[in-house]
Amino acid sequence: MRADLDIINEWVQPKSRVLDLGCGEGELLSHIIGSKEVQGYGLEIDAAHINQCIESGVPVLEHDLDKGLGNFDNESFDLVVMTHALQQFRRPDLLLDEMLRVGKECIITFPNFGHWRNRIHLGLKGHMPVSEFLPYNWYDTPNIHFCTFKDFEHLCQEKGIKILRSAAVDGQLRDRWWIKAMPNLFSETAIFHVSR
Amino acid sequence: MPDKIPADSVGIVTPQVAHFDQALSLSCGLELTQYDLIYETYGTLNAERSNAILICHALSGDHHAAGFHSMDDKKPGWWDSAIGPGKAIDTSRFFVICLNNLGGCGGSTGPTSMNSETGKVWGADFPIVTVEDWVESQARLADTLAIDTFTAIVGGSLGGMQVLQWSIRYPERLKSAVIIASAPKLSTQNIAFNEVARQSISRDPEFHQGDYQAQQTLPKNGLGLARMLGHITYLSTDSLGEKFGRTMRHEEYQYNYDIDFEVESYLRYQGEAFTKRFDANTYMLMTKALDYFDPAAKADGDLAKVLAVAKCDFLLVSFSTDWRFSPERSEEIVDALVKAGKHVSYAKVEASQGHDAFLFPLPRYMAALTGFLNRTHKNLLSHNSKEAK
Repeated sequence: MRADLDIINEWVQPKSRVLDLGCGEGELLSHIIGSKEVQGYGLEIDAAHINQCIESGVPVLEHDLDKGLGNFDNESFDLVVMTHALQQFRRPDLLLDEMLRVGKECIITFPNFGHWRNRIHLGLKGHMPVSEFLPYNWYDTPNIHFCTFKDFEHLCQEKGIKILRSAAVDGQLRDRWWIKAMPNLFSETAIFHVSR
Repeated sequence: MPDKIPADSVGIVTPQVAHFDQALSLSCGLELTQYDLIYETYGTLNAERSNAILICHALSGDHHAAGFHSMDDKKPGWWDSAIGPGKAIDTSRFFVICLNNLGGCGGSTGPTSMNSETGKVWGADFPIVTVEDWVESQARLADTLAIDTFTAIVGGSLGGMQVLQWSIRYPERLKSAVIIASAPKLSTQNIAFNEVARQSISRDPEFHQGDYQAQQTLPKNGLGLARMLGHITYLSTDSLGEKFGRTMRHEEYQYNYDIDFEVESYLRYQGEAFTKRFDANTYMLMTKALDYFDPAAKADGDLAKVLAVAKCDFLLVSFSTDWRFSPERSEEIVDALVKAGKHVSYAKVEASQGHDAFLFPLPRYMAALTGFLNRTHKNLLSHNSKEAK
């Protein structure tokens, strides 16, 4: 499993009610439904991903997240998760508000744009970063709101959102002292566990 | 006529009739002392009697869901695109049952049947039956076939309402539910359409308060009109536009009330053809069953509360251009199921065909159905092997 999913798996409370926004093929849900007996639902818009979830028995609902989460009641989930998708939405800040309305807690992961490789790309080469991890060109990328580890901390501060814990991973690496010491520079993926 | 039976067809099928002597109490307060249900089956029931799938038909459907009755048949059953060996509802793995609902005109007891108590055709005296009554009668059919639990119950439109009712009324008797292009209750607009359909039938001078058979006549004009109206609502604006546009039968406007546009000709044909295969009283009754269905009513409109008892896995499918049973209506069921904490998946399929899309083998739709039933089948196999141990 991806390192970020591995960490989320550790943070999920057993038997909780979990909503996974942009669940893809249901990798995380399938895992935590099995290991933590959670009652989980994924929201997804990609037809192939939806069919994959259906086939593997992961509850998945076709849902356009750009239309919000209006159909879900306040605090109707213990946890709302969104992995590697927040940066793809028109207003990540408003979506974050919605996630914290529907869920008592949220876990968000996103690619840290402050990673040293991105800085080299932009700072030295003068190009928008294209890598195995972020394989898109500036004109065809779904990632329209890149941010850094620090930027997200600031947003939480501004909105009065509590950061319960955070983690940083670089590829498959985690828990290395240099990543922990300077996540904004060394984490490829930022992971935040937040609540109101 | 099929020159030869396609390899993925269930082939030539013969309907069977089950007779019931135990009275059935109906929602309306009346009871049917005895009745027949006509049904077809495809595939083989396994030794554990656990691989049965029940298909619930919609307004104008019947028990003939797949295959051919003879080599002279022009068309196969109404859902042949989805039922057969290797198809989404795979008859090489599942035992599929489809029956004609009570009040129908396909061979089950209904307005065109003889009332054994009076020795006359039921006609307008046939009681109005509801989705709840149908589910009761379907459960009794399952009893006679010694099927305790269905591995899946599947239905579109009015058929989907029956599936929903099953999940509430007999939660122990189904493992999974597939509800396609349906709704938890009709919208006001839908009831209004149904009322126009009923009025066009009942205002036909040949209707005779429903006793047209005794008068040896048929309210063809009214029934045809009802079907024309229904047909328009089953198609999307685009599909009707693409099919006919403003194509005219003659080069010039005729400046009379005969057929100018091809769409007029099409609707007249559809209306006319329908009167040859369908009964007006059945149409009246089926539209009422649609109108009355509202399982959440007994919980002050809280569908999630009513669904709390459900035990099966659910798959819901809607179609983007369906405005008669719009995706939002399916999503009401989905939201209630999520609220109730049930295992549910939902796909909103891009389709141009409107409500009719549920009868088309659209790749994404069939893939979702196949995937869901594959899962159902896997669960069935693992359950069987556990039982064996």
